[in-house]
Order: sequence, then structure tokens, then C-alpha cells
Amino acid sequence: MSEIYMPRLSDTMEEGVISSWVKNVGDKVASGDVLVEIETDKAVMEYEAYEDGYLVQQSVSEGDTVPIGAVIGHIGETPDAVPEESSSGGAAAPTEEKTAESGTAGQEAPARPQGGGEQAPPQPAPSKPDGSGDSAGTRPRSSPLARRLAREYGLDIESISGSGPKGRIVRADIEAAAKQRPTEPEAAPAQAAAAPQAAADRQAFDDGRDSTELQVSNVRKVIARRLTQSKQEAPHFYLRRTIDAEGLKDFRAQINAQLESTGSKISFNDLIVKACATTLRAHPEVNRSWVDEKLLQHGRINVGVAVAVEAGLIVPVLHDTDKLALSEIGERSRELAGRAREGKLKPQEMSGGTFSVSNLGMYGMDSFSAVINPPEAAILAVGAMKQQPVVRDGEVVVRNTISLELSVDHRAVDGAVGAAFLKDLAEVLENPMRIVV
Amino acid sequence: MSVITYRQALRDTLRAEMLRDENVLLLGEEIGLFEGSYKITEGLLTEFGENRVRDTPISEEGFVGASVGAAMLGLRPVVELMTINFSLIAVDQIINHAAKVYGMFGGQTSVPMVIRTPGGGGQQLGATHSQNIELFYSFIPGLKVLAPSSPADAAAMLRAAVRDDDPVMLLENLGLYNSKGEVPDGDESVAEIGRAAVTREGADITLIGYSRMAAVGLQVAERLAEQDISVEVVDLRSLRPLDRQTVVDSVRKTGCAVIAEDDWLTYGIGAEIAASIQEGAFDYLDAPVRRVAMAEVPLPYAKPLETAALPSAESITTAVKETLSAVGKRVG
Repeated sequence: MSEIYMPRLSDTMEEGVISSWVKNVGDKVASGDVLVEIETDKAVMEYEAYEDGYLVQQSVSEGDTVPIGAVIGHIGETPDAVPEESSSGGAAAPTEEKTAESGTAGQEAPARPQGGGEQAPPQPAPSKPDGSGDSAGTRPRSSPLARRLAREYGLDIESISGSGPKGRIVRADIEAAAKQRPTEPEAAPAQAAAAPQAAADRQAFDDGRDSTELQVSNVRKVIARRLTQSKQEAPHFYLRRTIDAEGLKDFRAQINAQLESTGSKISFNDLIVKACATTLRAHPEVNRSWVDEKLLQHGRINVGVAVAVEAGLIVPVLHDTDKLALSEIGERSRELAGRAREGKLKPQEMSGGTFSVSNLGMYGMDSFSAVINPPEAAILAVGAMKQQPVVRDGEVVVRNTISLELSVDHRAVDGAVGAAFLKDLAEVLENPMRIVV
Repeated sequence: MSVITYRQALRDTLRAEMLRDENVLLLGEEIGLFEGSYKITEGLLTEFGENRVRDTPISEEGFVGASVGAAMLGLRPVVELMTINFSLIAVDQIINHAAKVYGMFGGQTSVPMVIRTPGGGGQQLGATHSQNIELFYSFIPGLKVLAPSSPADAAAMLRAAVRDDDPVMLLENLGLYNSKGEVPDGDESVAEIGRAAVTREGADITLIGYSRMAAVGLQVAERLAEQDISVEVVDLRSLRPLDRQTVVDSVRKTGCAVIAEDDWLTYGIGAEIAASIQEGAFDYLDAPVRRVAMAEVPLPYAKPLETAALPSAESITTAVKETLSAVGKRVG
């Protein structure tokens, strides 16, 4: 009999919702079968069984929320196996005792009587494990601190090699592994939950407004937390520039004519995303993050594209945007946006961004000021393409224009640096051949 | 601020408490005419007379019992047991009377008495006169057990003990009587019973001790600082009540701990501390908790053997370095 725990499926996840049970009680389960769909703060994800057996209990009902580590179900060797009483039923997080390795610590750590003639007293026999799972015995040696940090960093402890006695994984190993990961400062150890304050704030909600408290999705909680953090911590400044979009329009028409036989198409936004990546490559000083009093220079250019879905705002990330062909950007953006709408993005498809683009042109917005997506240093807000009277060669003519507004984190990027970037970006977009060459 | 010995701090504080409160009286073997085997009561018979400073027969059970009775009737006796080894003769009075009267008789009377007594090996006094058996008393609800490691703490804890309404064992240490430290002039501070102290802040490892081992721990930390090792020292100060929180907070910060104790390892104070650490800081531990304690033998008389059997700065240093090495901090 083994317990299934609520897994940590993203760096920022603190609790998860049982979206739906794929296996019913009594079903035969093979390792690798999808057991349950879990809604995290970012997405709905499938969670697989790690061993063969039968699902003998669903400890948490569909729609219920439990913290990471809580028992959500049991897999037994027979369909009618009965879960042990000790397993703290339902939503309780495992206690510290249950995660203890009761067997090994005592043996490794003979406390030594000093000097003297007598031998070290024989160590007491290790107390027997209390039967709470973990019978495989293949788990790597690791200190409790290392296991906790691995959970907080979202690292798989089995993938880390230990440098302590007998290969024990210690804090230093976890921290080294965390540093080696692609830069994701947002994956720093879990932020303290803001729950207690929320209870106090809630009292104010229903006085004379006929208010009803709505269910808050995890996506909404993340939006609230991250964007509050952004506005509170990142001193925003804003740079505006209107570009002549005639060239961009022609360029897109040419490309789409070429692509016609393939059935795919690129959008203005794809061109703008690619132009941002190209310009970021020439301006690495904008591809930075200010995190914990440190200035990080990102080696990769990963542009996030804001997508409005029913649950809220999601920003899938196009990793290595500067290296993707325009057609790839188009296809990949649409594929990610589609899965974002279904809530099926993987956490790694939403993290690691170094710059974001938000486009509200389809709503006819002239321009707007976007909130920076931390820990990125800047976000580009793109308005609608509009015909405007402009002066060219001393004459008023009608041209298609797009208004761009760049929000910049002044801790990481100064005004002149941001302005130089936006100036180059505008010139690239006005001479769109530069997007690709 | 004056620099005085641990012995002087105790003597000055006893005198001041006798001046402050006429109910305070002293009882013990050879504390009057002889002025105490360790001279803690020097000059007090002359100053206060034999109603307040009583030389007793060599009968620990008798004069500890008399003190329990005196305390029940409102006096504040301060008993000197020449060494903690002799408390064994009075153990029934201490455990079954002093510790129990208040609770068993519905709080009709408290027992505001103090038992001062030194422990400690290293003086070549032989196995029966060199023990550290404070654990026996730390085990007993109803008693309070204090173990100061510095002159300033000796004064503040003796003051607290005299003024406390419950029976208090004040554990002194033969190895500390001549140690010196700063005590504020005119200091009237009263130690809070049940409060440990971080006597040196550090980041790499927590070193926990009490009495002599807390003092040795500080020396070890100072020496290791020269090798760029940052040791946090926690002085337990009070063995009952025990301040687990201060210990746990420190280990949560450093991730590993060594406990040094001048008693035997098995069932010792260090075992209690180690258990408290795993209960309160399990998820913060990066290495097993190490204990450094006496060899499990009756303490030998011969000097080299006695020295070898006692925990020392060297054995603590070794345990600290081995623990740090286990968490990936390479040390010389």
C-alpha cells in the first residue's frame, strides 16, 4: 500500500485542486498511467502513477484543494486493500515524523564518547519504520534540509548527486543544482503565503454593495500576487513611440503570400515579437533582471506573449526567440495560446521569460501602459494599427501607424538605455527586412 | 564594570541578598568558621552571625530537610552542598519533599529554597567526588535547575534563585570558580529562569553547552573564527525549565549542531537537546546532531586518564569540523 501525495508541479505552487480523477476506485493502475488531473496555480496537469497496483482510495474529492504533500489517494496491491489508519486521512499535510528516515540517521552518527578506554557504546538498533510507505529503499541519502530545499526549488532530488558522507545530498548540493538551472529567479524558495491578511481584508467586502465573494482561481491568485509585487517593487517608467507601419504591412503580405502553400500565416504580433528578440540581441542591457539586490544578465532571449484566456492573463514563453524563424514563432505562438486556453500549458512553458509583449490592438486600443512581468525588466505594450494623418516631406499624408509603449524597471534599466532600445526597435519595425537579417 | 571571578560573583551576591532580605539564611557544612570549602561564604559568619550562617553536622539529609521545613514556614534558606555528589544523601528530601510539597498540598505553601552545589571533574578528586549528576534533578518536575557559565550569570541566576518561590538547584562548577568575567558594578539584574542565551552569533553551525561546556564552547568558537568558521554558541543556562526554542531557532538558522556536555553521553542532557532539535528543526537539519560528552566510565583519578575522559576544546573542535565537512564546508 502506498500513498499518493499532492505533488509540486510548479515553482510557485503551494496547493493544488483535484480537477478530476481519471482512475476510479478499484481500477487497475500501471506505472505511467494518468491517475488524476490536478489544477495548479498555472495550469491543469496530468499526474501519473509511479507504480503498479489498484487505486483503492481517492482521499480527496474532485474540486477540493489540498496543500502540497497532502495524501490524495492510495494505491494497493489488490483492488480491495484497505489503507492504513495511520495515514492521517485526507487533507492533512504529512507530519515531520512521517518524512523522517527513521532507519539511517542513528547509524551514521555515532556520537562519540571522548578519549577514554571504553569502546563507543553499541548503537541502539534503529527503530523500525512505521510502515508508512517508502519500502523500496532506493531513495538517495539526503539531509532533511536538502529535501526541504529541493521541494522549495522544485528540484527532483533523485537527479542530484550528493557530496556528503556516503553520498548524502546536503544543502550545498541543492543550491549548486538550483544555480545551474536556466535563470529563473522567480523560482526562489516559496514566497510566504499571504493568507492571514486576506481574511482581515475580506471583512470589508460586503457593506452596502450587495457583494458576493467569488471563487478565486489559482491563475487569478498568481496574477494578483505577481503583479502587486511588480508594482510595489519595480519602479516603472514608460517610453512611447509611434511607428509607421506601412512597411510592416507590406512585409507581412509578402511573407504570407510565400507561406500560402503551407497553410500557415504570420501575424503583426509575430513580427513584433521577432523584432523585439532581434533588438534585444543588439541591446543585452535590456535583457536583464533585478532580483534580490542582484543584477542578472540573461544569456538567452525568451520573449513571453501575453494571452487573455477565460481564467485570466497567461504569458507563454517562446524560448530562444531570437533563434526561431518567423514561421516558427507564428506556429508556436498559436499552439501555446491554444493550450493556454485549455489550461494545459506546462510550467516550464510559462517560466523563464526575459521580456514580454502585450498586444491589445485587437480591441482598438490606441496605446496603453503595461505592468512589468517580474522578474523581467521590460514589457512592450502594442496598440492597434490605425490610419493617421502624418507629415512626410512637408505634406500631410495618411499612413498606417502603430503605437508602442515600453514599461521599464528602472532598477535594471535606465531611461536612456530603454530609449535607445525602443528607438532601434522602431527602426527595425519600420524597415522590417531588418527583422530577419 | 569590574572583572571578577565566578567565586567572587557568588559571594558578593549571597551577601547582597542577605542584606536585602533578612529571611535569607545560609546552611551547610563548614560554611561558617571555615568560610566554605570553596570560600563562597567568606566573611559572612562574622558579618551576619550564626543565626543567619549555620554550620551544620555532616548530615545532608538532615540539613536539607530542615531547610525544606524552614522554607515552608517562610524563610529563604540557601543550602550549600559541598559538591553535587553529596546531594545523593539528601536526594529523598530534594525529590520527594522540596519538589513535591507545593503540588501535593494544593499550593498551601511554596518551598522557596536554594541548593547551591558545585559539580565537575578535572580536579583529581576521584570517581565519587567528580560527577556531574545535574541530570537527576533536571528530570524532576517541581525543581528548577540553573547552570551559569560566567560570573555575570552566576550573580544574576543566584539572585533569581533566592527570589524565586520554588526550590532551585544552582549548579556551580569547580572548573569555573576561578574563571573571570565582567560583571556590571552595582548590578541588580535578575536572570529570567528558563531562558537560554545565544552567547555568540554565528552562521555555520550551532554549538550548545551549559556550565563549563558553554564557557569552553565560546573559546572554541573564538579559535575557529580565525579559520573563517562562524560558530553560534548557545548557553542553555537553565536545565529545567529548558528553553528549547532558542536552541531550535539557532539550528534552523545554521542547519547543524554539536552539543557539548560534562556528563555521560547515554541518557544525558545532550540526548534531550538532540531530541528537541529533531522535533523542532527536522526540516532544517543538514547533518546528524553530534554529541560530545564524558567517557562512559567512573572518572579516573590519574591525571592523564581523567583528562582523556573529559570533553575538551579539542574534542569539541573535532566534532564541529567533522560536522561542517559533512555539509560540504571544507575545513582545515
